[in-house]
Amino acid sequence: MMYNVNHGFWWAMFLASLLLAPLLFGIINKVKAFFAGRRGPRLLQLYYDMFKLSRKAGIFSRTTSGVLQLAPIMSLLATIMAMLFVPGGLFRSPLAFGGDVIFFCYLLGLSRMLTILAAMDTGSSFAGMGASREAHFSVLAEAVLFAIVIFLAIVARSICLSDLLSPLSLVTPGISVPAVLLVAGAFFIVILVENCRLPFDDPETHLELTMIHEAMILDYAGPELAMIHYTASLKLWSFCAVLTLLLLPQRVAGPLTGMLLYLALIMVFAVGIGVVESIMARYRFLKVPHLLVGSLAAVLTAVLLLLFF
Amino acid sequence: MSSLPEIILIMFLLSSIVLVSSSRLVHCIQLVALQGVLLGIMPLIFWDWQSSAPHGELVFLAIVNIAVKGVALPMLLILAMRRAQVRRELEPLVGYALSQLIAMLIIAGCFAGYRHLIGAAATNSALLAIPVAAATMLIGLFVIIARRKAITQVIGFLVFENGIAVFASGLMVHHGAIVELGILLDVFALVFIMGIAVFKISREFQHIDADRLNTLRDRRDPESPATPAGYTGE
Repeated sequence: MMYNVNHGFWWAMFLASLLLAPLLFGIINKVKAFFAGRRGPRLLQLYYDMFKLSRKAGIFSRTTSGVLQLAPIMSLLATIMAMLFVPGGLFRSPLAFGGDVIFFCYLLGLSRMLTILAAMDTGSSFAGMGASREAHFSVLAEAVLFAIVIFLAIVARSICLSDLLSPLSLVTPGISVPAVLLVAGAFFIVILVENCRLPFDDPETHLELTMIHEAMILDYAGPELAMIHYTASLKLWSFCAVLTLLLLPQRVAGPLTGMLLYLALIMVFAVGIGVVESIMARYRFLKVPHLLVGSLAAVLTAVLLLLFF
Repeated sequence: MSSLPEIILIMFLLSSIVLVSSSRLVHCIQLVALQGVLLGIMPLIFWDWQSSAPHGELVFLAIVNIAVKGVALPMLLILAMRRAQVRRELEPLVGYALSQLIAMLIIAGCFAGYRHLIGAAATNSALLAIPVAAATMLIGLFVIIARRKAITQVIGFLVFENGIAVFASGLMVHHGAIVELGILLDVFALVFIMGIAVFKISREFQHIDADRLNTLRDRRDPESPATPAGYTGE
């Protein structure tokens, strides 16, 4: 409700997020290195990697059809398109329309589906295994995500992403604090599972049997791999941005303070992910559904709190 | 409405959901201990600190609650678990994800129907205590039904009892200290006896699967002491 409709600012934020997204992985890796007592890769390492990869040529196996080559660019475009609907800081997205939250979720879903199809296209059994795991976990994560959307829609009485994220914050009167905390916690879990972070998938392991995301992209090299890394960072950025907007206090001094606070909070969540990855071990695959169903229960409890109190 | 009591109650509810989905007994016992501690501090948090300091009876009750439910009973259970040499509930009658879904349904039912349980005679934070207490009680009963091992059933019983206690402290039943201490003594004795029983069962039969006690009958063949005659394996 408090968004100024200022398209210039929003586009500035959009470009900033396109530029800054790979930085999140740098922050996460720095935090993990700090916990392990190492110096770790540079903050801008992913930029260097992407630059290096983009100058190479892609190699594709002869068993694949065109899906493998097409998937990275399509899934990158779908993710960027989804990001067009995320409000930037305190500014409404100029493209917002009623129901765009569903469009947002399924654009990200489309991006995932393309990755899965490409993984099956390789003909490698490891990639297929990763694809199967990805599909399995994403079904459960989507239930949690939509339960959160239902909660927000009840609060905001709208299903437009820019409206959904505006009226809620920890200090909003009339909404119980535990409900907001439950939803924010569950959304953090969704971030971890959607972006293949640690308790669900280990981004660092290169043992094919234990990977999900890494297993799916084993067959990529060169510019396609760079695109996949960039897509992953954009996805992480947009999820962190939504969580930030959930918790951002609405009455900040001015647009500039709001923007800085927004960017800072996104970085803080990256640090949070790094801390989680440093202190937790990966879950057994059988335990993952328990955690996801548990967070679904948490969100539904929040919805019940909202409906009956 | 102040939010601290709400947060405590929701933590209580979440701990029961996690408990239903956990197969490691140590983890379950830790969760029951957490519930005991939450239960102990609950009356102090529900107290209206602006008007007066809480009376001694309340503080005493809180300390006793934390000591018995947060420390003594969990330690007793861990002792029984070590003696019986079980770590996990391996084959529950109802699977863990399904258990979570059922717990969710129980919670939804309690939230939807709590207004029928009681008239509008309580403050707002106490109102939340009613569905939370009812849901915790039902989840405790569900754990007793859905698990095979005797020790998990004891844990379910403790969850059930915690639910009753939430009901009492949430509604701020005045001068209920004597009653509550009596209940606490009962529970303590009961868990003590159950702990010994779990140990005895496991020593006698090499397992604490309460389900198999159904097939228990007199030994027909005293020469083969390892298994009773009625015991057919599964």
